[in-house]
Amino acid sequence: MVHRLYLGIKDYMNNQESLQNEFVGPTTDIVPSKGWVSLRLREVWAYRELLYFLTWRDIKVRYKQTILGAAWAILQPFLTMVVFSLFFGELAGIEPGGEIPYPVFSYAGLVPWTFFVYGLSQSSNSLVGNAQLIKKVFFPRLVVPIASVLSGLIDFGLAFMVLIGMMLVYGISPSMNVLWLPLFLLLAFITALGVGLWLSALNVEYRDIRYMVPFLTQFWMFISPVVYPSSLIENELLRILYGLNPMVGVLDGFRWAILGTTGAPGPMVAVSAVVAVIILISGTFYFRRMERSFADVV
Amino acid sequence: MGDLVIRSQKLGKQYRIGALQKGYRTLRESIVDAASAPWRLLRRSIRGESAPEDELIWALRDIDFEVRQGEVLGVIGRNGAGKSTLLKVLARITEPTVGRVQVAGRVGSLLEVGTGFHPELTGRENTYLNGAILGMRHAEIDQRFDEIVAFSEIEKFIDTPVKHYSSGMFLRLAFAVAAHLTPEILLVDEVLAVGDERFQKKCMGKMESVGKEGRTILFVSHNMNAIHRLCPRVILLEEGRVAADGDTSEVIAQYLNADRSEMDCKEWSTPEQAPGDSTARLKRVRLLDNRGRPRSAFEIREPVQIEVEYWALDSKQPFMPILLIHNENGVCILETAANHDPAYAGKSRKRGIYRSVCRVPGNFFNEGMFHVDVLVRVLVPRRYFVRESNLLSFRIQDSGSGLSVKGDFPKAWSGVVAPILPWQTEIRPLGSTAAASLPKARK
Repeated sequence: MVHRLYLGIKDYMNNQESLQNEFVGPTTDIVPSKGWVSLRLREVWAYRELLYFLTWRDIKVRYKQTILGAAWAILQPFLTMVVFSLFFGELAGIEPGGEIPYPVFSYAGLVPWTFFVYGLSQSSNSLVGNAQLIKKVFFPRLVVPIASVLSGLIDFGLAFMVLIGMMLVYGISPSMNVLWLPLFLLLAFITALGVGLWLSALNVEYRDIRYMVPFLTQFWMFISPVVYPSSLIENELLRILYGLNPMVGVLDGFRWAILGTTGAPGPMVAVSAVVAVIILISGTFYFRRMERSFADVV
Repeated sequence: MGDLVIRSQKLGKQYRIGALQKGYRTLRESIVDAASAPWRLLRRSIRGESAPEDELIWALRDIDFEVRQGEVLGVIGRNGAGKSTLLKVLARITEPTVGRVQVAGRVGSLLEVGTGFHPELTGRENTYLNGAILGMRHAEIDQRFDEIVAFSEIEKFIDTPVKHYSSGMFLRLAFAVAAHLTPEILLVDEVLAVGDERFQKKCMGKMESVGKEGRTILFVSHNMNAIHRLCPRVILLEEGRVAADGDTSEVIAQYLNADRSEMDCKEWSTPEQAPGDSTARLKRVRLLDNRGRPRSAFEIREPVQIEVEYWALDSKQPFMPILLIHNENGVCILETAANHDPAYAGKSRKRGIYRSVCRVPGNFFNEGMFHVDVLVRVLVPRRYFVRESNLLSFRIQDSGSGLSVKGDFPKAWSGVVAPILPWQTEIRPLGSTAAASLPKARK
């Protein structure tokens, strides 16, 4: 499965070969690939400037020709929070636990959640959306979905500032836990990218994915602790099982880091992290495997 | 170390071209199929298999060639011959199915200008974005930015979103970015057809200078003039295989005359086999020289006679044979009809075998290959009874021994036709006062 991971050695051998043969310099081999292939992450690294430019492009054109512009990045989670607070906080009376008011609780969940949904839907549509590019230019295709997820970071940053504002208004001060925050953001990134890689590769061949994604994200929100706290589930075993949904770990961890609510992340978050990494690695391999036919099929 | 940069060995690329039509299916079958489809698709996609009912075609087959450093190699062939697929494989956009290509050096591909341009971004932003897409480093673009803008001639609009550009401006900027790529190997597909004539010339000049810098170029085009100008060597692809590889003039000649070699006669033995219908059918078409002998090569000053024999089977239709003559680039030189003979025009067509001859005088066509289409039709209302392309082909040459448009000038003379036109020149001698006011010839 990973018989071509040792690319460095292969390059070196090619170099040796070319010293003896008639080529002007080291050669690249273009041969059909079979089965599972190496991830060639080094090539992605070599194309980091393209990654930067694609991310920059997605950010730059995102709110072109809109009146409210980047305000949309704030309005979406904020208005959702208002509706949630009204219906789930007031009418249904969901108690987040601790001394955290419901609006802050739900908004602190919506910020990473919006980042996740944005990254997931953008990346799963990214290959089809950049079909022209893929059919005409060579570059590591992994760059495209990665840039899609990365471009959500700006929106995340804007929405996060509102979260800080809300905490100031409600008089909640973050604890030292906040140092862990980047880690949970990374976990959200890994989950969004992992699922996005699977879906974007599938979307090239089966356009059903486009119709599936909105349904999937909606469904996913109900099984994740966005509107309710995960503490509703008390059985420790069930909580670990619940952690199989990687977003559970992201949301719980995120709230813990910024609000210091529920206890420190336990085995549930660990399970989430492991699942997220598995999704990312499997998604990357699947993506690389399907990559060879992207230009022909998309 | 040698000077090879590309070596392709037994390269092949297979495509699948959609599902074949199946027969009718029952609703039950469809439902069962639909129910099991998700599982089947999932299984298939995980294994990376293709759908079994698809038809496979070889877009490239057994491609062997080598390219040396600094060579400018042309790739020609009909549509669908595999030219673009070959470039895509070399550019690593798509993988080969079999075989191996070794490439030494960075490959830049220009398969389409303006790939990745975003309409909302400004010219400046798109220059950087497009440069990055084409594999340029940020620093490289910085270094060449002014050059790119100057080449594209849109200095004033560089900070305007490209959606406000005219299509000409858009293409000029796109080509400018692409033309300033600096890979060792450049793959170019038909991009010279951008902008107006003046800019096209500039593009050609740029390509020529890139070639002279010692970089290797593979150039795909249908424009034989461009190929001729840029490439000393050409590969001809036919149905995915290399049909010829060598000197440009020879390969181009082989390509152009592949299925239209000189043809001085076409004859059909029975009316049933001949092109036509119950109104008119062809019997025989021939090219004849001045003395009525079949010929396919003519001196430029000789007349060319084109003879059409046909059966008239329906006396009610006032049809006539028409000839269309094309040059080898497919440009129609002329259309001529038998009705130009007043004795023939507008008469009823008694049943029988007719023979109409058109005589093209000498010193009319320029040198080259010409191809004849034969139609039998009624002009109004528009009706065709025979419509045959490339029935006859002939070559016009000037051996340079006698009266012709170029006389004894040894090189090619421009134009598709070469009539000797009457010229008149008048001289008015200068009076002494007028002569004094004119500039004198320098000693």
